[in-house]
Amino acid sequence: MSVERDDAPAPVPPAAWEAGTDLPTVTVTPDRYVPVRYAGASGDFNPIHVDDEFARRVGLPGRILHGLWTMAQVARAQTEAIGGPDAPAALRSLSVEFRGMAVPDEEISVTSKVDRVEDGVAIVKVTARQAGSRVVRNGRAELRLPD
Amino acid sequence: MATSADTAPPAPPIGKAYPPLVYAVGREKIREFARATGETNPVHLDVAAARAAGNADLVAPPMFAVVYAGEALGAGLFDPETGIDMDRLVHGAQAFTWGRPVVAGEEITTVLSLDEVRHVASVDLTHYVFGSRSTAEDGTVVSTGRWSNIVRGAA
Repeated sequence: MSVERDDAPAPVPPAAWEAGTDLPTVTVTPDRYVPVRYAGASGDFNPIHVDDEFARRVGLPGRILHGLWTMAQVARAQTEAIGGPDAPAALRSLSVEFRGMAVPDEEISVTSKVDRVEDGVAIVKVTARQAGSRVVRNGRAELRLPD
Repeated sequence: MATSADTAPPAPPIGKAYPPLVYAVGREKIREFARATGETNPVHLDVAAARAAGNADLVAPPMFAVVYAGEALGAGLFDPETGIDMDRLVHGAQAFTWGRPVVAGEEITTVLSLDEVRHVASVDLTHYVFGSRSTAEDGTVVSTGRWSNIVRGAA
């Protein structure tokens, strides 16, 4: 798996987040073995993720990515935006809707924008796109901002 | 629930709670999950770094909830009483809330329930929504999950 990040705009430190702040975009191109590795890591061995022949038989282009792997990229975009050893504890909630399907060997980009900040908690709206389609929509994260 | 009476199989057991399932969180499983999802934060990979940050051991990424609660989900998905056609299943939506991070060495107990079944006749989709609640040995609720699955043409 190759992981790249936009290095264009300098990230805004969490203490300065406000409505409309764009968090750093996370882009990742999962290689063709990612669904197999994620199946092992997560325990979800649904054959549409690990068996090309089965996937094609049920009308898919081939093995597809697990929705929850894509959700993990959405989660990672949030914790990496916070940064540091306490970042995993900052993520208080995350909800997503899956649309269509995401496939290996094609870049996925996760974009996150602060909707509002209330009592030290940022509400962030998140979308994941692949080849122009939204594969995660209506993503919503709650992040407790560092003091 | 809006399943049409003439074609409906026996009603799914909405509200059914499944037996608690205990998952032992291991270091290497955390590392495996972190690597498979592209996590690079040292607290997920390096015990010394995790401890230096005040944790008892490696910290599970938030989405590791999929691992300890996903074990419990299987009981609901494959429950003959629920009657889900796995070949027509797609994952529609997912939500988690987190209490505190989980670390290697903890045992997490998850209770799964079938919270909602909804048939949308116009598009012939049936939504099965499971809820999970995962508790650490100290009584802290470490995460809750809402797992929304959709079965196509399963009326």
